[in-house]
Order: sequence, then structure tokens, then C-alpha cells
Amino acid sequence: MKYLEEYRDAAAARGFARAIARTARRPWTLMEVCGGQTHAIVKYGLDELLPPGIGLVHGPGCPVCVTPLEVLDRAIAIASRPGVVFCSFGDMLRIPGSRRDLLSVQATDGDVRIVYSPLDALRIAEENPQKEVVFFAVGFETTAPANAMAVYQARERGLKNFSLLVSQVLVPPAMEGILASPLNRVQGFLAAGHVCTIMGVEEYGPIAQKYRVPIVVTGFEPVDILQGIYLCVRQLEEGRAEVENQYARSVRREGNLHARRMIERVFRVIPRQWRGIGEIQRSGLGLSEEFSEFDAELRFGVRDLRVEENPECLSGLILQGIKKPPECPAFGTRCTPEHPLGATMVSTEGACAAYYRYRGRAACP
Amino acid sequence: MSLSCPIPLNDYPNVLLAHGGGGRLTHQLIQKMFLAAFGNPTLELQHDAAQLELKGNRLAFTTDSYVVRPLFFPGGDIAAMAVHGTVNDLAMVGARPLYLSAAFILEEGFPMESLWRLVLSMRDAAREAGVQIVAGDTKVVNKGKGDGVFINTSGVGILEYPGRIAPQELRTGDAVLLSGDLGRHGIAILSAREGLGFETAIESDSAPLAGLVLDLLGAGLPIRCMRDLTRGGLATALVEIAEASGLGIAIEEAAVPVCEPVRGACEILGLDPLYVANEGRFALFVPEAQAEAALERMRRHPLGREAFRIGTVGSGSGVTLKSRMGVARVLDRISGEQLPRIC
Repeated sequence: MKYLEEYRDAAAARGFARAIARTARRPWTLMEVCGGQTHAIVKYGLDELLPPGIGLVHGPGCPVCVTPLEVLDRAIAIASRPGVVFCSFGDMLRIPGSRRDLLSVQATDGDVRIVYSPLDALRIAEENPQKEVVFFAVGFETTAPANAMAVYQARERGLKNFSLLVSQVLVPPAMEGILASPLNRVQGFLAAGHVCTIMGVEEYGPIAQKYRVPIVVTGFEPVDILQGIYLCVRQLEEGRAEVENQYARSVRREGNLHARRMIERVFRVIPRQWRGIGEIQRSGLGLSEEFSEFDAELRFGVRDLRVEENPECLSGLILQGIKKPPECPAFGTRCTPEHPLGATMVSTEGACAAYYRYRGRAACP
Repeated sequence: MSLSCPIPLNDYPNVLLAHGGGGRLTHQLIQKMFLAAFGNPTLELQHDAAQLELKGNRLAFTTDSYVVRPLFFPGGDIAAMAVHGTVNDLAMVGARPLYLSAAFILEEGFPMESLWRLVLSMRDAAREAGVQIVAGDTKVVNKGKGDGVFINTSGVGILEYPGRIAPQELRTGDAVLLSGDLGRHGIAILSAREGLGFETAIESDSAPLAGLVLDLLGAGLPIRCMRDLTRGGLATALVEIAEASGLGIAIEEAAVPVCEPVRGACEILGLDPLYVANEGRFALFVPEAQAEAALERMRRHPLGREAFRIGTVGSGSGVTLKSRMGVARVLDRISGEQLPRIC
């Protein structure tokens, strides 16, 4: 397959692994920001191709993982109501709320549907004017444009029975949050290529300068990731801290201007809770005043729902790159994909799930 | 045995779709509920079909229900699939399929014309597979209580292979062969059901495998185990076989054929083709010395033309996949169904 096979070529990957080994003179700790990158690393065993001094820690870029428990409970509360069709991307359905998950709602009292685009949810709303159709708008900058478009079109078409349960988060503030933490050990970043495809790379320059960290915008295939690591290590060895673009086949400096305009039109930047991390200023999107009538939290009165996390779960430390999954005493024993203590184990993009799935019980403590 | 429900309430107090997805929840349901209640030596082998001895005759017996949506899909329909699936389960234990039963659960209001199309399709599929439908049943449920048509088929065949074909027969060093490329059925169904409209129409691989298997048996090749790769795909089948055999299975990612349209669809949807369902593919375990002969024999048959060797049985445990990068990783059951990802 064009644009994929080339980036899964074993010889090219090994070439970059050798280049990394030649370049690295000191140990370095890098973070890949995106859960898709974490999965590729564990799936292809890319970390095993690196010299011993180069450590990878896994970042907060799994939208499913960082969605707060209380937002899940709000989703479950809305989905359980009669007359509601609750639409979501598939991987949110298995994430447990504090008492049950959306799959269980689907199996008992609710109408929960997997959709492939928020525009599918819009169509369901049009076809079922007597139902309230809610779309679970979860994700980073990558999902925000289509979600914004759905709300925009709902208003254009005068759809009163459509709303969004919004849990949109933004990557750069989370990276800053990690760098500002006294526990931080990240010395360089592989930034998420898809996020930059939408937003461009301009936001990253000030972060690289302020914290003196190289940031390499990186793709998702094995060769992309190893090349990203190579560029990052080379900067560290040369004492540079710049923004570099490994994923140039997709990312332009200014990003996708149409998509950015749509986001700015419909959303506003707000503080957001990150599961396991806590509140980060200016790290999320909420519907702007102009579109607030489409806010499901307001429409269904669930904004005040609050819950407590399981205290044994280390997902916060894992999402910040302070711990790795096998370092958690519950990993693979009290915490498995069937009985997850936290979202990093359930989500298919979560770091704990990736270790459990691809390394199996061998990775258990 | 305790009378209380063997699946703890804090797991899932209600049946989920994932309990039928072929993954870990299905496994748990079978182990803790059905096997615990019905257990006997034949059932406990947990093979595709039961192998029975009746007054000196060695028979195979199996059953399967079909609840696929849409009823008609590119490359097949529910009725042909109901023949293929049961015929294939019989073939997987080395039996020549002979007789099938067909039970139809129809929903009130279902168009007669569509039912007739299904019946004709079932007739043709049975003819092609060399089986007769000798018993049947019809039930009609209220509108809204069914999904058009559900079909159950049971099948009986006569065991043609002198030995036992089962995971427990695996030996270290055996070769793992695959009869063709993966993922066509699952992706064809998904794209038809969800109206995904991929550029290239992907057709289901639904087909009767008994002819190909009987060719192999006729050639006198020693066969350790076979498994058709339905729900849960290749990965789940291999995990089950590895567990039942007490041995390890190592496969090479680069050797597993997946056609380009299926690969493309899986990339877009975030699915792993190793876990996607097939209805006309099987994995075959033979001694190393006969691997080439078996491959050559399979490739002579239209349904085995793209047969490949994908791996080897080893002394370890579980299933490992050597990635294209040369690094090994574990293949395990997935929890339930594969769910399309956010990004």
C-alpha cells in the first residue's frame, strides 16, 4: 500500500536504529506524545531496536485515557435516558465509568450506537426528529474539526434534537504541564503528527525555547518513529532545542487553515480535567457562547456530576511519563483489560493495554 | 457444583455483544457457564465438531447459528454461510460432511421473495458442498423481535481420517499453514452494514472447505490439527490451539497474506486483520517433513491457491508473532469485539 509499506520497511527502520546508536553518546529520555505512536512502538518492538541509553516514555496522547471518569459517568447518565440516541466512536464504549460502561447501557436500557463520523450522528438526528441525539465528542485537535462541523451544520439545518457531549483536549498545554512538573524526566518530544496536520507547528516553537527541549513532529509508522527519534537524539547531542518536522508528507507549517477556522468558530479554549493528571489551564475546548445550545451537559443537566478515581491506579503517573506500565503493582494482576482500574488499561491506545496486549503476562511485575 | 451463577455479578450482570465476539468474554462464558454445566470428554476437547463413535462408526457432529446483518452481502448471504460454516466445522475434524439440518427463525413481515432467494442460495450451497438438508424447523417471531432471519444448521459427517485431528496432537516443530488471505469476510460485512463504501468492493471469502480438506486427506498426509478462522480470526484460533496443545506457536507477520483492499480498510478503521473473521479460510498443522507436500496439494485446489506457510510450533507457550521489524510480540485474545478507534 502506497505511503504505508515504505514506512514499514525493516531495512529502512534498522538503518535509522543504527544511526541512532551511532549518534547517541549519552543517555536520553524521550516522550512520544500520541497513543498511536505508543502502540506502533510496542506492536513493532521499536524500543527493542534502540541502544540501551535511549529511553522512551509514553505520553498523554490517548483521548480515551484522559477523558475524566466524571465525563464517562455523564455520558452513561445521558445514554440511559429514554428517548436518547447516544452516538460514539467505538472505543469509548468499553471504558468503565464509576459503576458501568456504555456497552452495558447498550445491553440494557439505552440506545447506544457506534458511528464512524459525527456527521453520521447528525443524520440519525435528522431521521429521528422525536429522539434526542447526542454525540460523544472526545479527542484531541484531530477530531475537533469534524465535531465542530457537525454542530455548525446542525445549526444551519435548524436541528434542535442534536447535541454534543464535549471532552476535547489540546496537546501543547499538556506537554507544557509535563515539562513544568518537578518530576519531569522528558528531555525531548516526538510530537503527534496528526495533531500538527490540523494545527500546524507554530505553537511548539515557544515550548521548545522555554524548556530547552527538542520537539520533532513525527508520524505513526515504524520508520517515521525511528527517524523522529534519530532527529531528536541528534538535536540533544548537538545541544539544539528546535522544532523539526519529520512528518512533512502530511504536516504544513500553518496546518489545515479551513479546519482551524472551523474549530475557532464553534469552540472556545477552556480549562479541562485530564484523567489521572488533573486540571490544566487552557488545555481543552468547549462550545462557544454562540453554540452553547448544542451543549449536552447543559441540555441534560449533568454538569455537576462528580466522582472519585480508584486510588490504586497509576495512570496519571503513566500518562505523564513518570512510570511505565509494568512498574505498577496492579498491572496484569488486579488490573487487566477486563477489570481495568484506570483508562490506560482499557483503551486500545492506552499504554497499559499496549503492554498487556503485545508483551502479555511476560511484562507483569 | 454451585448453583449460583458462575460468572460473578461484578463482571457483567447482563449479556453483552462482546460475549458473542469470540474474544476473552466469549471464552469466559463458555468455560465458566457452558462447560461447567455440560462438561463431558467429547465437549471438553473444544474442537470445531464433536468426534463420536457410534456402534463402530466414527462420526462428526456440530451445530452453528447465523445472525449476520445484512442478510445479503458482497460475496454471499446468510443462507450460504449457514451451509459453509457447518460444513467447514465438520471438515476441520477430518470428516466428510453428509447431512445438515436447517432451522429458520423468521421475523413477521419478512418479504417472501427474500426468503425464497435465501432458500435457493442454501440449496445451491448445499449442492456445491455435497451435503443434503435432511431435517428442518420453522418458527416465526413477532415483528421487532428478530432481525429478518436467523438460521441454525447442524451437521453430521463421517470421519475419514484414521487418527485424531485435535490441538492435543501438535508436536514441536510442526509447520503452520494458512489456506489463503485474511479478513475478507469481516470487512465485507462491516462495509456493507455500515455503508462505508470503499473504492474497491471487498467480497466475503465464504466457501465450503470440505473439498480441499478431503483432497488433503485423500493424499494420505498426516494432519495434526485444523481450524477454520471464523469469529476472532487467525489470532484467536491460534491462541486457542496453543492453549489446548500446551505448546507455543510462532508465526511471521510478513508471511501472513492480507489483500490490499482489506489492509486499507483495516488501516482506516483501526482494526487488526489477524482478528478479523473469515468464512473460507483455515489453519492447518502438519509435521515439518510433510509441509511442502501439503502446501503443494492445497495450492492445486481453487480455495487453497494462495496457501502459505506462516509459522512453526515450538516448545514454549502462547502465540508469538515476529513483526516485520524482526521483533517478537505476543498475540493474545482480545477482550470482546474489535471496536473502531477514535483516531
